[in-house]
Amino acid sequence: MTRTVDVPLSEIVPTEEALVRALGGTPDQAAGDRVRRLLGDALDELRALAEPRGIFAEVDAREFAGIYEGAGDNEDPSPLLEIFARGDSIALFAVTVGAPLSDRIAALFDAGEPALGATLDAAASEGTELAGAHLDRLVLSEAREEGTANAATRVLRYSPGYCGWNITGQRALFAALGPEEIGIRLTESCLMEPLKSISGVMVMGPAEVHEFESDYRFCSDCRTKICRSRIRALKTRDPEGDDDGDPGHDRR
Amino acid sequence: MEILATIAAELQRGEDQEVRTLTQSALDQSLEAATILEQGLIAGMQVVGERFRVHEIFLPEVLLAAKAMNAGLAVLEPHLGEADIHTRGKIVIGTVQGDLHDIGKNLVGIMLAGAGFEVIDLGKDVSPRQFVDAARESGANVIGMSALLTTTMPVMKQVITLLKDEGLFGSVRTVIGGAPVTEEYARDIGADSYGFDAANAVESVKALVG
Ligand code: B1M
Repeated sequence: MTRTVDVPLSEIVPTEEALVRALGGTPDQAAGDRVRRLLGDALDELRALAEPRGIFAEVDAREFAGIYEGAGDNEDPSPLLEIFARGDSIALFAVTVGAPLSDRIAALFDAGEPALGATLDAAASEGTELAGAHLDRLVLSEAREEGTANAATRVLRYSPGYCGWNITGQRALFAALGPEEIGIRLTESCLMEPLKSISGVMVMGPAEVHEFESDYRFCSDCRTKICRSRIRALKTRDPEGDDDGDPGHDRR
Repeated sequence: MEILATIAAELQRGEDQEVRTLTQSALDQSLEAATILEQGLIAGMQVVGERFRVHEIFLPEVLLAAKAMNAGLAVLEPHLGEADIHTRGKIVIGTVQGDLHDIGKNLVGIMLAGAGFEVIDLGKDVSPRQFVDAARESGANVIGMSALLTTTMPVMKQVITLLKDEGLFGSVRTVIGGAPVTEEYARDIGADSYGFDAANAVESVKALVG
């Protein structure tokens, strides 16, 4: 069954600390008055303009295998097929923080306000990730209520464009999920509009399900290497608890 | 000249109002507009670029300084003749067709302008034809292309092919960048240079037109 959710605004606003990190800075570099004002203004704009929404649908492993295969452009070998097979359950998802934010970012650059524009851009990217994290928590808490997940169960998201899943996989994903329902459109080049959107699959299962070595051919081109900290974090925290102290770690 | 050093210092602090006022004062003191530009604004921005390159400061500070530079430039512009503007070179930049990610490209443009290049920004979703025509019409020495998705990277090669078809390859150099783009990819498609980030893009373009 496909479900759409309005993500509460309070869930998608990153901390100032996470925003500074997303901008490539350190707390020391962000200590000045002007920078602090800028961070505050960007977070205010995020609160005012974000329209965070999500959609997800549980699929069985066989159906998902077809979606993952997509147009047949994926890397082989890739760790993903094994991870998907080991999971307890799988759900397709997409989230967006909406178009007005992207319009505002563009308008700020056009108006000669690149500092606020770039800061809001980073805040909106973080917000999109946090919207994804909200879906993780939602799916997990519901599964726990239903008794299909326990305290050791974790959720991790995987997206086309990462870890060997070719970005052209977006087409099959969109056909199966229908993110158009929450206002996300896929262009010919597999770009999602609004820009601040993410898509993929949520895999639920024990933390070990997600472990893999990062020595695949495509790992050397990856700029984020984010898989390592994501896997580590699964072992050390319960996403449903409030100890999710690092909202900025999970960047696309 | 003390006022030029003060302009450079205020620019580094991102104080756009101060830079605007000081630039006007410098003009009122009969300093040449070109001198104020070179020894005040560009000098200040060069320090900012260098401090960013060595990670002493981070992005928002660079962009606050860029805004201050523009505030000063707006005051100077009516007083600058064509001959006063000694740019390091002219570069046409854009995000390639099919791609709408333009923040990285915008930052590269700002850093290039701060380093004294004349930047013609074609925006996003730019076709090979638009890149090549703009370079020809403006007499640009360099085309800079940005792509954030592997599905849009092939457009970069199409631009290079079109430059060859139109006999401009070699006289118009190319630099490419964006998260999934690598130096190896640049070599593969025959691009002249690659920029890892905005600071590195400036170095690459300097080396190309040097
Ligand atoms: C002319 O010469 C030059 C020279 C240098 C040049 C240049 C031109 N142009 C740029 N540069 C360089 O200088 C600039 C300044 O330093 C830099 O520009 P950037 O634009 O890279 O830098 C910006 C200032 C800040 N950087 C960014 O904004 C991008 C950072 C990373 C982490 C990233 C982010 C933040 C996001 N993303 Co995503 N994202 C990634 C990025 C991986 C990475 N580490 O770079 C990338 C771009 N994303 C990717 C993907 C796959 C995706 N993302 C998605 C979503 C998102 C967020 C919304 C969470 C967020 C916003 C993106 C945005 N820009 O608005 C999805 C697509 C969104 C869409 N609308 O279609 C999605 C498809 C994932 C999904 N299925 O949901 C990957 C693309 C890979 C591919 N195969 O194409 C990716 C490279 C990550 C990866 N796998 O390593 C340099 O690249």
